[in-house]
Parts: sequence; structure tokens; C-alpha cells
Amino acid sequence: MKKKMVSLLAGVTVAATLLAGCGGSTGSAGSTGSAASAGSTGAAAAPAADAGAGHVYYLNFKPEADAAWQDLAKVYTEETGVPVTVVTAASGEYETTLMSEMAKSDAPTMFQVNGPVGLANWKDYCYDLTGSDIVSNLTSDAFELKDGDAIDGVAYVIESYGIITNVSLLEKAGYKLEDIKSFDDLKKIADDIQARKDELGVKGAFASTGMDGSSDWRFKTHLANLPIYYEYKADGIDNTDAIKGTYLDQYKNVFDLYITDSTCDPKELSSKTADDARAEFLDGEAVFYQNGSWEYSSLAEKFSDDQIAMIPIYFGVDDANEGLCTGTENYWCVNAEASEEDIAATLAFMNWCVTSEAGTKAMAENMGFTIPFTTAIESPNAFVKQDAAYTESGKTPVSWNFTTMPSENWKNGVGSALTAYAAGTGDWNGVVTAFVDGWATEAALAE
Amino acid sequence: MVGKSIKKWWPVFLLPTAVAFAIGFVWPFIWGIYLSFCKFTTVKNVKFIGFSNYSKVFADPTFSHAFWLTVLFAFLSSVLINILAFAIALALTRGLKGTNVFRTIFFMPNLIGGIVLGYIWQTLLNGLLSKWGQPLLALSAFNGFWGMIILLCWQQIGYMMIIYIAGLNNISGDLIEAAEIDGATPAQILFKIKIPMIMPSITICTFLTLTNGFKMFDQNLSLTGGEPAKQSQLLALNIYDTFYARSGAQWKGIGQAKAVVFFLIVVIIALIQLRATTSREVQQ
Repeated sequence: MKKKMVSLLAGVTVAATLLAGCGGSTGSAGSTGSAASAGSTGAAAAPAADAGAGHVYYLNFKPEADAAWQDLAKVYTEETGVPVTVVTAASGEYETTLMSEMAKSDAPTMFQVNGPVGLANWKDYCYDLTGSDIVSNLTSDAFELKDGDAIDGVAYVIESYGIITNVSLLEKAGYKLEDIKSFDDLKKIADDIQARKDELGVKGAFASTGMDGSSDWRFKTHLANLPIYYEYKADGIDNTDAIKGTYLDQYKNVFDLYITDSTCDPKELSSKTADDARAEFLDGEAVFYQNGSWEYSSLAEKFSDDQIAMIPIYFGVDDANEGLCTGTENYWCVNAEASEEDIAATLAFMNWCVTSEAGTKAMAENMGFTIPFTTAIESPNAFVKQDAAYTESGKTPVSWNFTTMPSENWKNGVGSALTAYAAGTGDWNGVVTAFVDGWATEAALAE
Repeated sequence: MVGKSIKKWWPVFLLPTAVAFAIGFVWPFIWGIYLSFCKFTTVKNVKFIGFSNYSKVFADPTFSHAFWLTVLFAFLSSVLINILAFAIALALTRGLKGTNVFRTIFFMPNLIGGIVLGYIWQTLLNGLLSKWGQPLLALSAFNGFWGMIILLCWQQIGYMMIIYIAGLNNISGDLIEAAEIDGATPAQILFKIKIPMIMPSITICTFLTLTNGFKMFDQNLSLTGGEPAKQSQLLALNIYDTFYARSGAQWKGIGQAKAVVFFLIVVIIALIQLRATTSREVQQ
């Protein structure tokens, strides 16, 4: 009898402990869980800082450049003796990692925000870079991220996106790159390729327009930039609390083209990932693939530079003058709460990265970045070169206005609506509502 | 004898856990409640703003949708899990051949983490749905909801089964034998003897399944991600979303306030349930 009571008691205790363990993260709103996991990586990687001298702790946003950053940090430490720690947040986890890392005593001294909307969260933590060396080395003050008069961030990489094209396959279909000069040309050629896909040995004209979380940003953010860009341009503004959706018909046309002339049934798009689309393009199953210059390194393993090209996402508005979408959503910020020595060390490191021979070489060649600094050396990235060629030939690059999208929640709303539209469970009005009304709601909420 | 050494050695057993509990639970919990009255970006730098976070919680339509969906989910999943787990436990306490193998296999899904399970089941269910020409998980709230129910059942039935098996094995054979001699039918034995005798197990299991259903997060995140348009979003994911998917410092406090409200709801429901089931427990 007594034994039974004891064993029952033990059972209940075990159950209660389990519950308390799980309940803990609920009670403190989830942040503790991610804090703990991010914390362990941070602590493991953080070297003991020299007493007195400053140190640098960079929380890197780009997982694909992690190895290159680790090497560069090592080189800098060897050269100057200043310890540099680089920790890379997992893809899609930057904001959560940053939030927990910033709350620590050994917080990142250098981090990044993705533009004005991202800055809203972090402006209290941004050191004013006015007058620093790195700002004076920028090629244009358009690459400064300002909050009032203070320069809170500097862009450190310029990227382009457009429609990556498999030139060999395009030629096999009987077309040349020069044949595509407008949305109508693109549609005609894509429709033709789609109709002859078996003959050409492809699965479709466009790689899958995957709406899985790993891939949907290509459409809910990057493609959605074009209607915003043209509307801002028409209205002569660079930000708004209420988008009108003037160019949503063109957005629909392009999206329709993507999902109709595609490698798969639109009903399956909700589960297609970024890897799926890349694999289709790499395997020559698709001719077109909307993505950016950051994909170059993974595509260059398979294709030579003359086999692939990036063309503008012709939008049917001003195709004759439209270039690639070129801009940045990567701004370096310095943690204002760090100690003075650490801030000084961080500023020196940042400047070294973009001016020294080793730094610029690593950024251009190992990371494949084009950096907006006067000291930059040319990147071997073919897409970046094409962007320069387009601009030289008189085309206007499309700026990145998605940094003014009111919130992540807005993007998610547009993404869900696009997914439903593609699968036929929703209609285009749903997208328009999410785009226009969602913008107003989210902008009001951010006040 | 035992009592004496417990008196002497209790700190060795109790203190490490108590300290861990205080650091890992009590302190973050108190701090979490305080944060729900604040505006903050990191927990190092907070500003007290009073009750305004709470008023915004109840003005958020996604919160109430997530709340009612979670209530439905928690009740439905508890009922299914408990009935199925109990049925399997009954089947596996009859001395069949290979009982231990079956018990192990049924228990195994519990050892896999929620995120991994979510992704595996996403592939499985989407495969089936697309074969049947049905909208995939991310496109239909109905499919997403039932997908989560299936997943949670699959994951938890084994665990609850173990608790029920322990309870059933504890019933004295004398009672069953006596009932059989008195001519009780198997159904009568089940309802008049077995079920009343395992009320403590039922209390634990309903408590566990109900609270697990309420605070389910990983499986929701990885299986449906709340799609389509937050229609399959449960409370915990709604809180996470408030925290991270909005820009501006004020949202962190609102998310925190939602978490406190959520905590209170789970506590109230768990207390009601505990009272209801413990009152039915019988002494041997």
C-alpha cells in the first residue's frame, strides 16, 4: 500500500517536472528556448578577450559566407592581435539570435539590420557612425542607413536579382538572349518552351515557384518589390503608409507566367522548396529561375559563365529601360552599448574589411560580394558583372524597396495569398487585399 | 530506517533540482510576468508601460482565432489520445506474445523531436494529399488541423499507453478474479473495476494530453507554419509570431502579455480537470 503510494508519488513528480520544464518556455514567451541554444554556440565560439584591448564580435547574417568570415577573422587576428569572433545565425533565425545575443553581457559589437524597417527594432542600439572611416569610404551616401541625422548603418554588399537564364537551353530552343527585351517577349518564349518541353528535354520553362518558407521570399518579397518600385517611382515617393497597388495587374501577369510555364503543377507549389528550384535549374530541367547574384557560387560549380545569364524581371511597365533589381538589405551596425575599446576595435575591423588588400579580396572572391566602397576590387561574380553592363548600356537598376515593406507579417500575408491563388483555393482578390489592405493595417500597427 | 536517512540526506537529492528549478523556471517566470507590462527589444533594456499590452492582446483577432482553435485542438486530441492509448494498453496487458516488442514500438515515436516529426509528416501527408488531388497542408486549414491531430496522436499515444499499462498492472488480480467468480462480464470488469482502479492514471494522462495540446508549438510550426493565412495557427505559434514577425519594440511586450494570458488559461483548465478527475479516484 505504502509502496504503491510512493511509486505513484514518484510518477506524479516526474510528470510534473516534465511539465514544468516545458511550461517554463511558455511562461517566458519562447525567447528563453532560443536564447539558450544560441547562447551555447556563442559561448563556445567566443575567445577570452584580452584585458584592456577591445575585441570584435560579429553576428553574421549570411550562412553561405560563414567559412569565409571565419578565415578573414583569423587573418585579422594574426595581423593585429585583436580577437575577432564571428558567429553565424542559422538561416531565418537572425532576428531571434540577435535578440538573445544582445541581452548578454558579451553582446555582439557588430551586427546587421535589413533596412529602415529592421532598424526600427534596433535603433536604440546603433552607434552613430557619422565621421567614421568606413562612412568616408562609401561610394555614395545612398548606402548610409539613417535615423534622423545619425548614420546608424552602412551597406556592405550590393546584390542583384533577376531571372537567371540557362543560355544553352535557350539556344537549343532556338532563341538568343537578345530576343528577350520585354515581358511580352519573355512570355512568348516561355510559352513556346513550355509547349515544346518534351522535345527540348525540360520539365518546364520556369523552375518551380516554390512557396515553402525556404523559397517564398523570392515572390512575396523580391518579386513584390517591382509593383512597389514602379508605384513609388510614379508617385515620386520612397516610402508610404498606404500602398495603392497600381501595378498589381503586372505582378499578376508575371506570377501567372511563373506558375503556368512551370516544372510542376501549381497545386504542389506550397511544398516546393528553394533547393527544389535550384536543383531543377542545375539539372537543366528549367530554363528560367528567378533568384539573385548570391546564387552564383552554387551555379558556377556546374555552369560556365557564358552558359548562364541574368536578365531583368521584365514587368511590362517600362521594359526598355528596366535593369536588374540591384540594392542591399545588409547594413552593418555597431553596438552602441559595447565598451569604448570594443567600439573602436569594431570600427577598425569594419574599415579593414573593406579597405585592406586581404579584406577586399576575401569579400570579392571568397564571398562573391560587390561592396559599395571606393577601395573595392572587382568580384568574379558573373551576375554582378552583368548588372554593371546593364547599367552601362543605359538601363536603370530597379532599387530594393522591399526594405520599406511594413513588416514580416505583411510579407507572410502576401505569401499565403499567393500560395492559395496558385493552388486555386484562393483568388487574385485575396492577393490584392493582402497587398493593399494588409499594408495599411501593418503600417498602422507599426506606429 | 528509510525515514532517517531521508532526513539526513535530503539536501543532496533536493537542492540541485531546486536550484535548477529556480534558475530555469521560477526566475524566468517572474521576470516574464514583469516583461508583459513593459516595452522592450532585449530583456536587458526594458521600459515599464503598465497594462496597455494587455488591452492590445484582446483587440487582436488572430489571438482569439488561435485561442478557439487551440481549445478545439486540445480537447479533441486529448480525447483521441486517451481512448486509443487506453485501448492499446488493454490489448498489451493480456499477456500476448511479443507484448514487450509492441510496447517498445508504440513508445518510440515519443523519442523523436516535434520539429523533425513535423517535417516528416509534412512530406508524408502532402504526398497522400497530392495523390488524392486534395489541397496540401499549407493550403487548407481543415487538412492542416487534422494533420496536427494525427501527428500528435501518433507521437503521444505510446507515452500515455505506458502510464496506462503501469496502472493496469497495478490492479490486484484478486479483484478481477473475484469479479469473474461473481459472474461479471468483461465489459462490467472493465467499467466497474479496471477504469475506477486506474483513475489516478487517467488523471495524469488527461492532464498531460490536455496541457500538451494547449501548448503545442514545434509540430504546429513545422507541419503547417500556421498556413493558410494563420488559419491553422495555435496559441503558442501565435505568440511566437507576435514576437518575431512584427517590427517595432512594442510587439515584444504584447507577445509577452499574450504568453501570460495563455499561461493563466492553461492553469485554470488544468486545475478544473484535475479536480474533476481526482474526485473520481478510489482507494484500494
